[in-house]
Amino acid sequence: MKRIFAREEYCLACRLCEIHCIVKHSKSKRVVSAMRDEKDTLVQSVRVEEQGRSSFAVQCRHCKDAPCIDACIAGAMARDPGGAVACNSDRCVGCWSCIMVCPAGAITKSATGKVASKCDLCADSAVPACVENCPNEALIYEEG
Amino acid sequence: MKKARAEVLILGNSAAAVGAIEGFRRVDRVTPITLVAKEPYQAYSRPLISHLLAREIGETRMYLRPSNFYMTNGVQTILGEKARSVDPVRRRVLTTAGPIEYGKLLIAVGGHPVIPPIKGLGRGLPAGVFTFTGWNDAVAIDRWLKSRPVRQAVVLGGGLIGIKAAEALQARLIKVHMVELADHVLPLALDNYAAGMAAERIRQAGVSLECGTTVERVHADPAGVTGVDLRSGKHIPCEMLVVAIGVKPATELVRNTRIKCDRAIVVDEHCETTLPGIYAAGDVSQATDLITGEKRAIPIFPRACMQGRTAGINMAGGLARADRSFAMNSVDVFGLSTVSVGLANACGNNLEVLEKAGPAGGSYRRIVIRDGMVVGALFAGKIDRAGIVTGLIRAKINVSAIKDMLINDELGLLSLPSEYRKHVVEGEGIEI
Repeated sequence: MKRIFAREEYCLACRLCEIHCIVKHSKSKRVVSAMRDEKDTLVQSVRVEEQGRSSFAVQCRHCKDAPCIDACIAGAMARDPGGAVACNSDRCVGCWSCIMVCPAGAITKSATGKVASKCDLCADSAVPACVENCPNEALIYEEG
Repeated sequence: MKKARAEVLILGNSAAAVGAIEGFRRVDRVTPITLVAKEPYQAYSRPLISHLLAREIGETRMYLRPSNFYMTNGVQTILGEKARSVDPVRRRVLTTAGPIEYGKLLIAVGGHPVIPPIKGLGRGLPAGVFTFTGWNDAVAIDRWLKSRPVRQAVVLGGGLIGIKAAEALQARLIKVHMVELADHVLPLALDNYAAGMAAERIRQAGVSLECGTTVERVHADPAGVTGVDLRSGKHIPCEMLVVAIGVKPATELVRNTRIKCDRAIVVDEHCETTLPGIYAAGDVSQATDLITGEKRAIPIFPRACMQGRTAGINMAGGLARADRSFAMNSVDVFGLSTVSVGLANACGNNLEVLEKAGPAGGSYRRIVIRDGMVVGALFAGKIDRAGIVTGLIRAKINVSAIKDMLINDELGLLSLPSEYRKHVVEGEGIEI
């Protein structure tokens, strides 16, 4: 399956990936409305880490033997037909076992704090929004 | 009558059994599987019973897998029948539905709730006294609540199950009294400080908390429980009692066999017992704790899935290992998120402990280091990216150079040693 890879050496920590992740998962799909009016209802699933001159973007690694799937008590965390690990928020009960076991720290509480939220690889698009909108090709989407 | 025979026989129908079916089918799509379980339900999630009782979720959300799971995986189920004993010599299991011969066997029957010797709790619990580990318990409590006015309930045990029972009853508008023998709640998972935060939430929610004491006598009349006496001398009138002091592995199944049994069934890293062809997984089995090196039961959900899958793969002729197990629990205590991993609350001369409380005591983080490696972690209030630390424990990464970052809320992958970071980013996953 295709996955997202970060190229540390090209990341400028501009955080456009974070913004476009939110926009993509917003109702309006428009930058200004999403960031101004819907921000409180959304959390981004990609996070830019910065330390000194180094930076890179982290999102769910869609692990091979995903620990979050094993840990999920509610059957919410599951692999979709395409191979991505997806959280079904209709089933999630917010036990946070997934947060406890994710080695990448890539699962967060949703904006409501009730269910888990994570990268869905923008299931309905050919290329995830964070990759598509990275101005420096610091995020790439490829087989691996 | 034709003799019942199963090439592959699974006893039990919870997380480990589901994992075993999926693991087996990764390797072998053909050999039929037979599954015997005492409960009449399709595989469901035990931890969800508190959410069911609280009416947060409906019955349809209880199931771990879609309803066609057994059919699509070629599993013949015999539900509502109990396995009584394993006879390894004749390679058969005696069940309430008759004997079944097996080729390979997986024992994944979990545990039983512990009922302590308390005056008034004899053989057969008085009406209004419940345990809280299975769907039937939630159904029985629900019926009890509907059948009479229940104003006050006592929950004996301030561990994970006790807290979840208290939350559910409180959601049903019942005044709950929680009784914990240790000096604080969640004594296995939390330290004093984090337990103090939890106790505050518990009391704020209107639950009264009695620590350092236990129920000494249960009073009941023919209609049911009427109250309990605590060792502290206090009497609490109540219309129901939930006993939630722990679970013990259901090892009676292998009694009088040569299958080696400690407190739980002993298995190797392939989840095979001391008798070839017989496997065990989940709460009924014990394994080597990665951190302490001791053989013990680690009755947690993710380990049951992983062990079950391992057993299934090996039973089908594949090769999988289940090692690197250690205790971990994520418990929301009346809205306070807590994550406890490994030796989370340990102290000792050989341990280095890093602690940090957030502003206004709203969050707390504790990291325990031994020989340069993290062996325990505790998060309360703020649990963001707790799994990064779990990963460090599991992979036994030397953290001497990044200690300061470990107790920082901003801990991220960028702080980690680059080799390990690469491993995580590549998505190899971690066994848990």
